[in-house]
Amino acid sequence: MRWFWYASPQTFFPLAGTIARWCGVAAVLLMIVGLTIGFFVAPTDAQQGEAYRIIFIHVPAAWMSMFLYVVMACWAAVGLALNTRLSGMMAAAIAPTGALFTFIALWTGALWGRPTWGTYWVWGDPRLMSELILLFLYFGFMALHAAIEDPRRADRAAGLLAVVGVVNIPIIYYSVQWWNTLHQGASVSLTSAPKMAATMLTGMLVMAVAFWMYSIAAAMLRVRCIIRERGDASRS
Amino acid sequence: MLAAARTIVARDLRVAMRRRSDVAIALLFFVIVTSLFPLGVGAEPNQLRAIAPGVIWVAALLSSMLSLGRLFAADHADGTLEQMLLGAAPLGVTVAAKAFAHWLVSGLPLVAIAPLLALQYGLPAPLHGVLALSLLLGTPVLSLIGAIGAALTLGLRGGGVLLALLVLPLYVPVLIMGAGSVEMAAAGLGAGGQLLLLGAMLVVAAAFAPWAIAAALRISSE
Repeated sequence: MRWFWYASPQTFFPLAGTIARWCGVAAVLLMIVGLTIGFFVAPTDAQQGEAYRIIFIHVPAAWMSMFLYVVMACWAAVGLALNTRLSGMMAAAIAPTGALFTFIALWTGALWGRPTWGTYWVWGDPRLMSELILLFLYFGFMALHAAIEDPRRADRAAGLLAVVGVVNIPIIYYSVQWWNTLHQGASVSLTSAPKMAATMLTGMLVMAVAFWMYSIAAAMLRVRCIIRERGDASRS
Repeated sequence: MLAAARTIVARDLRVAMRRRSDVAIALLFFVIVTSLFPLGVGAEPNQLRAIAPGVIWVAALLSSMLSLGRLFAADHADGTLEQMLLGAAPLGVTVAAKAFAHWLVSGLPLVAIAPLLALQYGLPAPLHGVLALSLLLGTPVLSLIGAIGAALTLGLRGGGVLLALLVLPLYVPVLIMGAGSVEMAAAGLGAGGQLLLLGAMLVVAAAFAPWAIAAALRISSE
């Protein structure tokens, strides 16, 4: 395999276009299937009624938000270690999608919390707090990248920040958890939720794959724009 | 290696003493922010006692961040930083020494004055020691993490606000453990666990942050 053949922005540019097209199509199809299962096929929850159906968007979005940060940090680390141009571009291309999913996870979580917990926001839940801090980390990455004019320096500086951030995420999560136990026991808990019906799980997994495909497509489109902006796409 | 570190600490302290007002401003900021809270939330003693550890810790966070901008800026402007990058002493040691000097100038005064503010907030006397100890362990971590942000934002327009966005999320664990230790002690549960965790964070930060600061400085001064 010629992995490094595609390490050059020039050669990667057309490949990114192809990947974006196929993943985009897959994302649309899977989202139609997933939402159909979620909204029409899956049974109504005995305790939460119809309100629970937001988890078909909320849970996959939350998964993606965390996963994309790790992917972004991996690209950043590769970029710092091997000094490849494309890695930094990939990290920069993933960040807005990650921030978007973090925001969706928070927003849908608030909408779900209102009918089930009786409140939009609970300060005591470690997942909520970690997700909020994750959003700040994404914003920090993007702000630092935008503030530096030289794109190579921006890639490397923001990349270092992403790596520092990914080391911190577990520490933040556990410290928030301990902070929570100190203040009061969690009044509400997701972990004690009743067992899920198989169709619900299917719907959620289909949506997760759909979000994967969307993320890949969006990142590929964005990386194409970045390559164009930096004038590296001369051959295509 | 140690000689180089000692020289840098001594030099930074001397520079700080020449510009005493800068040091005083950060300390004054700390005092002012903590005095604003009772005006905002009301003078009810029990409530103030409950929020005191958090308020003092948040003020310490902000005050320590306020002085981060100057950590590398002057050295960057007059070329000293380039000499440090080129110099024989390992860059990690150099930046660790600079972060230590920053802590001596911006963190240690907070530790010293915090019991006084705790007294104002009506915290019982045994908690003053816990608060001071938590700040003693926690503020060096703030300096070390903050130095990463300061190195990354070196020479950027609007660096100050950007710095806040970068480092404040990373400060969260220190804040939780720092304020938490005092609250644990106040609840009669013993602050040992929280203080040990703060100590662990200090060890980890002291081991890894200089490496990240050095890498960030190299990126910023290419």
